[in-house]
Amino acid sequence: MTITEKQKKVTEELLNIVKSIYTQLDDGQIPHLELALRSKKNIKFDPQKNVWIYGDMTTSRSAKKIKGATLMLRTLYMVDFIRDMIENQHSSTLREMYYISEGWGNGKFHNQDESNLLAEDLEVITHCMREDFRLRPEEDGARVIGDLTLIETDRKGKRKTINCRDDVGDSGYNIPYNVEKDKVEIKSVGADFVIAIETGGMFDRLVENAFDEQSNALLVHLKGQPARSTRRFIKRLNEEAGLPVVVFTDGDPWSFRIFASVAYGAIKTAHISEYLATPAAEYVGITSSDILNYDLPSDKLTEKDVDALKSELKDPRFNDEFWRSEIEAMLEMGKKAEQQALAKYGLDFVTDTYLPEKLSQMGILL
Amino acid sequence: MHSEDNANNTGISPMKGLASTLAGKQQEISITEFFEKNKHILGFDSQSKALLIGIKEAVDNALDACEEAGVLPEISVLLERTDEEDEFHVVVEDNGPGIVHHMMPNVFGRLLFGSRFHARRQSRGQQGIGISATVMYGNITTGKPARVMSKTDEDVAWVMDISVDTKKNRPEVSNDQPFIWPGKDHGTRIEYYIRGRYVRGKQSVFEYLKNTAIVNPHARLTYTDPDGKKYVFERATSRMPPKAREVKPHIQGLEIGDIMHMARETKQKTVRNFLKNDFSRITDYVANEILYLSGIDGDADPASIGREQARDLLKAVANVKIRAPPTDCLSPIGEELIKKGLKHVLEGHRPEYYAPPVTRSPTVVNGNPLIVEAGIVYGGELPSDSQVTILRFANRVPLLYQQGACAITKAVESIDWRNYGLEQRGGKGIPFGPAIILVHIASTKVPFTSEGKEAVANIEEIQKEISLALKLCGRHLKSHLNKKEKKKKTRAKFEVVQEILPQIAEKSANILGKPVPDLSRTITKIMNVIWVEPFSQTDKQGLRHIHYQIYNYTNKAKSFMLHSALPRSCLNESILSENLVEVKEDGKTTWQFLNLAPSESVELYFQLDGEMADVFDETAIFMSGLDPAMIIGADPLPGDWGIKGMEINEIEATVKEEVEEEVEEEIEEEAEEEIEEEELDDDY
Repeated sequence: MTITEKQKKVTEELLNIVKSIYTQLDDGQIPHLELALRSKKNIKFDPQKNVWIYGDMTTSRSAKKIKGATLMLRTLYMVDFIRDMIENQHSSTLREMYYISEGWGNGKFHNQDESNLLAEDLEVITHCMREDFRLRPEEDGARVIGDLTLIETDRKGKRKTINCRDDVGDSGYNIPYNVEKDKVEIKSVGADFVIAIETGGMFDRLVENAFDEQSNALLVHLKGQPARSTRRFIKRLNEEAGLPVVVFTDGDPWSFRIFASVAYGAIKTAHISEYLATPAAEYVGITSSDILNYDLPSDKLTEKDVDALKSELKDPRFNDEFWRSEIEAMLEMGKKAEQQALAKYGLDFVTDTYLPEKLSQMGILL
Repeated sequence: MHSEDNANNTGISPMKGLASTLAGKQQEISITEFFEKNKHILGFDSQSKALLIGIKEAVDNALDACEEAGVLPEISVLLERTDEEDEFHVVVEDNGPGIVHHMMPNVFGRLLFGSRFHARRQSRGQQGIGISATVMYGNITTGKPARVMSKTDEDVAWVMDISVDTKKNRPEVSNDQPFIWPGKDHGTRIEYYIRGRYVRGKQSVFEYLKNTAIVNPHARLTYTDPDGKKYVFERATSRMPPKAREVKPHIQGLEIGDIMHMARETKQKTVRNFLKNDFSRITDYVANEILYLSGIDGDADPASIGREQARDLLKAVANVKIRAPPTDCLSPIGEELIKKGLKHVLEGHRPEYYAPPVTRSPTVVNGNPLIVEAGIVYGGELPSDSQVTILRFANRVPLLYQQGACAITKAVESIDWRNYGLEQRGGKGIPFGPAIILVHIASTKVPFTSEGKEAVANIEEIQKEISLALKLCGRHLKSHLNKKEKKKKTRAKFEVVQEILPQIAEKSANILGKPVPDLSRTITKIMNVIWVEPFSQTDKQGLRHIHYQIYNYTNKAKSFMLHSALPRSCLNESILSENLVEVKEDGKTTWQFLNLAPSESVELYFQLDGEMADVFDETAIFMSGLDPAMIIGADPLPGDWGIKGMEINEIEATVKEEVEEEVEEEIEEEAEEEIEEEELDDDY
């Protein structure tokens, strides 16, 4: 397999960083790198793309101080490492890169967070994605079950056609870390909509109750805060295959954030919200009103929960009528509930009553 | 051990109140008997304290006697256990002027012997009850007499056994005989037995001797402890402290009893002459004023002054302006010798900094002249996680007991040490950190809280004086810590330019397949300082080698001058170099460096030889001719230096740029912190 145009472009973008540093040094300057400020202060809504992206505030990493200089040295080693992987068609995990940095002199990583952050910095600077750098996270994306046919190019370059209901076991199709077109193609879709589920327990409940067949749904497991590839996969299903997306989570402040990262884009990865966020995604529940309407067993909000809700009231992504009233209602009643609390009314309640009711209210199910 | 004069001076002031009490109510028992029953008044209130107090009396008196005679003190202390339980054998020997034969029994065997309580002079002896009390205590607790040997300038020395007849307050002498003391020019040796308890730590004999050595750098002390281990505190200087002069008391510091006593003892025939001649600063005019206000007849016999009259006199005195007593009679240790003493004794802790000690100007407290001195030692191997050590001294004697009740401690506690770089809970109390705080109070009469003379009384003026001295030391400490911090930051820059940047250059060149760029301009921009690196080393001959390496990390050639106040007596020909401009009378020395090229460095080297060599602080180096903001490792020349700095005053545009960059960096750091915060939020 030869190096693709895209890979050439990635290499070029990376080398531009090196050139910039070299040129500054050659001019007798103190080298620095500019990049977007990655903070809540600096995210804004992009009305064209319908997602939250970084604003115009930038930060400068200067080699004047130890911290900046070390980061710059690391950046160079990392660029060299990525370039090498692209040339040799290798890939590595972020954790492997952390260990490889042992040989990087003063640029050695001291913990894995540093390597993760730097990988994201490179994305911000080059406008490429981590997957383009052939760096993959420790964990794979999550599982999918439903009537969807994909063509995946495997590690030996062989194209395999897989139907995510018929060709897989009960644990479903595992979303790989790279879900770009060169790796995964969407061949055909039989399902009517995507339902993304926060917890493994609920995912398995819907599988066991055959909700995918009963409602012709494509079940996607989010595994908590969803990995990038899961979010990217959902976005492609929405935009390329035209499937509506609903998100089904627990009813607590952290689940609201899971929805936000699927629908609006996460603050940490706002530079690639365009690739990852699915603005059309809708929230099914558990909502604050569900807790009351269905009289669900609930827990008291902890102090941390309350702080998280209050912080969400200041988060521009939640600044609309629906979320304000949801958050305020939850603060007011001081309670939260898990999605599996629906089992109070029997194991079939979620697939026979709750979801059909909610989804038809939303116009997804007729 | 005692000169006669010195003995006279011993144990004056606690006695007077007690003496009159005795005279009034307890005539049937002798003074000695009274003290036997009230041992705590003498400081013998516990067994461990008794052991220490005895040695302290002997050593303090020995030091006083040597100074009196102008002899550099050489004192040895031996402490050993005997076969009896809790009994110790103590030997203290000095090289003082010796005591004439017929005075020996009284000096060692009679309490309150010849006290002239109105003599005012800074002396150690005023703090104790006297060596005779030690002899008595030894007699009482062991039943054994003390053995005293003494030799004056005469050829024959005398030895005798002395005990105190407590009924009559008279010495009992036995075995009195002359002998030849081989190898001894003059001096005194006392041996006694005492019941006591041997302790280690803060209130030990060792600690007392160590602290004594700090404030008496002219003394050589030898100590053999009960385990046979021998410690020697060598002399740090052969310079004797100036002699303390005796002054007449100042009437504003006296009480009714003092006046009555003095009136009884005076040789003056009239009250007017008594006032004029027995007190300091009383002129004819002042005497008349006092007599007029008190309504006392100036021609009356002083003996006629009773309680009533004494009170009237003092009332009148309060309304008369009398000049403060002379203050030049005191003998402070002095800034240089405090430093030398501290260095000498504490060098084992390798402290990183000795704040220049402070000797305040004399002041008057309760009619007595008083001087406060202070010093701070910081860092090195001093423990950093505990309270600082406070070393208290009065008239060169360490105070080891009642720390909490002492004005020195109170003054330390009332300062907010957080301003000076030490940790302190709530800005009050004894601070924490790797530091030793030294305070010395010198006075003709140090006001103590009690007869035990272990804590300085809490008088506002004293506290204020201590506080001012300590704050000045504190400012020096803070400035040292600031410099250290600044240097640390610049050291970080060194790491950037010497390690990381070359790696960045090499790696980027390597990736692009280009030659490694020259970094000198970038390095200069990052550093943008003139860096002075001091280094000093003392060789086996005691010669101190002082080096300065001066680096130009700016982008222009620089000309500048270095200045330092060198101990002139320590200079030798090594000071001569092409850079030397001048050495002034007072040791202030100036060097000039012209056109030091960017990225270049130059060395300055000289030697210091002689006793004061180790007092010189090589980091006390000053620079002129450059913008102070770009100098690291040297201070800008102070305004009062008295040397004209070079007429070069360049303030470069790059400095402004630098400030902006710093601001940016701060913003960046803030932003990064925020990202981390966000992550926590987002990642659940």
